[in-house]
Amino acid sequence: MESRFLVLFLMAITALGLGACSRQRAVAADESGQPPVIEPEVHRREIEQARIDTEDFEVGVYAGQLSVEDFGVNSVVGAHFTYHVTEGFFVDVSGGRSDTERTSFERLSGAAQLLTDSEREYSYYNLSLGYNILPGESFIGRNRALNTALYVIGGVGKTDFAGDDRFTLNVGIGFRLMPLDWLAVHADLRDYIYDIDLLGQEKTSHNLEARIGVSFFF
Amino acid sequence: MRIGVSIIVLGLGLSAATGWTQQRHPEVTVQDPFIELHTGPGRGYPIFYVAERGETVTVLRRRTDWFQIEIPRGERGWVHLEQMARTLDPDGEAFEVPGFSLEDYTDRRWEVGMQYGDFGGANVISAFGGYGVTENLQLELWVGQALGRFSNSNMLNVNISHLMFPDKRVTPIFTLGAGTINTSPKATLVATNDRQDAMALAGLGVRTYLTRRFVFRTEYKAYVVFTSRDDNEEVREWKAGFSFFF
Repeated sequence: MESRFLVLFLMAITALGLGACSRQRAVAADESGQPPVIEPEVHRREIEQARIDTEDFEVGVYAGQLSVEDFGVNSVVGAHFTYHVTEGFFVDVSGGRSDTERTSFERLSGAAQLLTDSEREYSYYNLSLGYNILPGESFIGRNRALNTALYVIGGVGKTDFAGDDRFTLNVGIGFRLMPLDWLAVHADLRDYIYDIDLLGQEKTSHNLEARIGVSFFF
Repeated sequence: MRIGVSIIVLGLGLSAATGWTQQRHPEVTVQDPFIELHTGPGRGYPIFYVAERGETVTVLRRRTDWFQIEIPRGERGWVHLEQMARTLDPDGEAFEVPGFSLEDYTDRRWEVGMQYGDFGGANVISAFGGYGVTENLQLELWVGQALGRFSNSNMLNVNISHLMFPDKRVTPIFTLGAGTINTSPKATLVATNDRQDAMALAGLGVRTYLTRRFVFRTEYKAYVVFTSRDDNEEVREWKAGFSFFF
């Protein structure tokens, strides 16, 4: 009796095992399967993302006037590169140069020279973060509206002046007007702040810059 | 400086040229009841037009999260990414808009960033570019400029950073690196010579994914400067800044 149960049990297990095997084989046959009778002709015309022109970068040049504390108001030229991270925030790398004039003291005293000619050259670079606080539109005539933005910007950088590199903070405000979708005109006011000990004691100097520029989005 | 300006001017010429070339632009079909056309690429710009369901519109350009489209009647406007994601491409498939999400951040390869901080009492400005060799290891090239009261330094370092949890929003970073430092004393001090030394560093930091491509990163680094004097110089640095991944 016991042996018959054992035989039945073994048969049941074998049957289950065979069943599982054959099912696996069936699945394998389906996968390797015959080619479908009708080959569907699908022509996919997918949009390549690369063809959408993403214009988050901006490159531009500017010119204006830079007031260097004690060293007069002088013309300045520069260039900037901007990456627009969101519709509000952007990061900006900019650099400019100017030639400063003689101080009033140097002029009055005649011969005394505080700086050599090469030390009188003024150059700077800045890494800044900006935010478009007031995006909007400006209207020219009856039919044209141009996109604009008023932005605030601030950052850190270096000023090379009077023979030394000086750590410089900058804060500013600017206005961007877009006559075309890829062209912008900027008007900017910046204050460059650094410590200078050229005239005896160290003091914090504020150097204001007013400039206009043109830039391209790409 | 002059070379830099000419490169930029050349760049302007090229970018202007690309602005003028005629390209074939992709077209999508509106699936929502309508999509809203704003006058500018920002949420504050007014909606001046709508494109209706079934209309085919041309995608001209993208700026941050906004797409400039042209509708068959000729009007041009800016549509937000969320609405663009619900349009269909010519095969009837959903238009795939690459946003920049936490998943994209996990798959990132390139990272570029800037930082500001304190380098042994001096102000330091740094920029770096990084490439993800594996998911956890990132090879980075750093340039830095420390501007202090008595001296200024330029630094160039190669680092290897280990990101502990590269797929998490916040991850600790461990850094080892080596490079050179070039120190020049201030001109108003007694004239001393510029010096160039080798340096090595170990660092610890935290990297946080903020939004889109934005990453916030803060770091503490301990440098050893191998001076030509008897003692090596040790400098501690704290800095924080933003980086972007591509």
